[in-house]
Amino acid sequence: MNGSARMARIVGPIVVGALVIAFWHGIVWWFAIPPYVLPGPGVILRTLWSDGPSLLASLLVTLRITVAALAVAVALGGSLAVLFSLSKTIELSFFPYAVILQVTPVVAIAPLIIIWVNDVFAALLVCATIVAFFPIVANTTLGLNSADRNLVDLFRLYGASRWQMLRLLRLPSALPLFLAGMRISGGLALIGAVVAEFVAGTGGAETGLASRIIEAGYRLEIPRMFAALFLLSLTGIAIFAVLSWLSRMLLRHWHESALEPSD
Amino acid sequence: MAETLVAAAALAKSFRNGVAALAAIDLAVAAGEFVGVLGPSGCGKSTLLRIIAGLIEPSAGRLERAAALAGRIGFVFQEPTLMPWATVSDNVYLPLRLQGVSRVAAAPRVAAMLESLSLREFAAAYPRQLSGGMRMRVSIARALVTEPALLLLDEPFAALDEITRFKLNEDLRTLWRRHRCTVIFVTHSVFESVFLTNRIVVMTKRPGRIVADLPIDLPETRDNALRLSERYADRCRTVSRRLAEAMA
Repeated sequence: MNGSARMARIVGPIVVGALVIAFWHGIVWWFAIPPYVLPGPGVILRTLWSDGPSLLASLLVTLRITVAALAVAVALGGSLAVLFSLSKTIELSFFPYAVILQVTPVVAIAPLIIIWVNDVFAALLVCATIVAFFPIVANTTLGLNSADRNLVDLFRLYGASRWQMLRLLRLPSALPLFLAGMRISGGLALIGAVVAEFVAGTGGAETGLASRIIEAGYRLEIPRMFAALFLLSLTGIAIFAVLSWLSRMLLRHWHESALEPSD
Repeated sequence: MAETLVAAAALAKSFRNGVAALAAIDLAVAAGEFVGVLGPSGCGKSTLLRIIAGLIEPSAGRLERAAALAGRIGFVFQEPTLMPWATVSDNVYLPLRLQGVSRVAAAPRVAAMLESLSLREFAAAYPRQLSGGMRMRVSIARALVTEPALLLLDEPFAALDEITRFKLNEDLRTLWRRHRCTVIFVTHSVFESVFLTNRIVVMTKRPGRIVADLPIDLPETRDNALRLSERYADRCRTVSRRLAEAMA
């Protein structure tokens, strides 16, 4: 990548962001909008500074649920996809139910899960996992099934065992799609964790950012609400960036998606 | 007379979608032969090769393979068909790995194979870093590393430019003379088949049948000078005529 392209990638978004913030500030100032309706950027920044420590503790709770949900989704979704690839019968029998789980809105089943699962952390974890695991199952299954047909023949020619076929051919073939699925699931796990907590509406010390947003809404502490939202989107971006980096590192030698344009 | 490695008798293949690819193929290949299978595109040449390899079953007729061939068949596809995530040397190591040879035990054989296909300095490269011709060399190295008794090639050079193809033709012929394995080479190029082989079988359009079985009595060593010789041109004319008849 040449220098000017790199500059455009960094400078462009900064300029857009600065313009939006300036516009926002201008509107709030010009129409004298009170902060309980729409706080200006300055107020939000001050709130972020003053309320940061308390919000950060809640963020940590949300982040713990998100990371755990993503881990469970990867383990569960990945194994399910491997199982599907080993037996067409299993895939055809179970896939429709994975789809049903995917299309059911998590807000609709979260109350049930919260009733069934006593531990709040575990209940939220289950909800976030349900939201996160489908892209991993679907993508990994597709990846495992799209190994080069001639390579499959070659493996058969040399009498490869099922295990060799899986480990040396199907898993590496599936890696790019698995990683793409994981990138989607990372964001979904965060959304799942927040939505589930909204529905659970639990109070107490060990609660996540969703509870802070609800409380702030009740008390009309709108700047605090915005500060929490800001932290949430920052977290989402960070998760996406980390997973993208991981994907690039794992695929950089061979996959088109991870190559530098000049290569 | 050398031992017969592969014998097809009244071999036929129809696919489930109703396409008849092969009709009544009779073909015997003896150990040490370099046979070219020549025919128009879609005449079932690849299907025949896959049946010989045991990758698909014939619908009728018999195919007999000598016991000595068990686990000793190499296959080169139309595309290089390399694993993009593995280095050149890991790609060449693959067949040995699948047969349970440890990396350490395989290393000298892989290195020797890379050497004989002029790939030594590319051992650590990934396939995407190589040209089409180089990738095909890796594919051939992979097929030869197990020292197969029978090497099957399915139009391996069809996608390459002519200069690269000529060079690979010469190298393949040299490798054959050194390894002395039996080769069945599928192609739709008259010039390539005459240059490479000692015997050419000509197939008709689909469903493919064998209509001519021609010995190619050219010198053992084949190089660029041969391409310009009258004898080469003469054999090419004969084979072209038989191919034209097969197409009619």
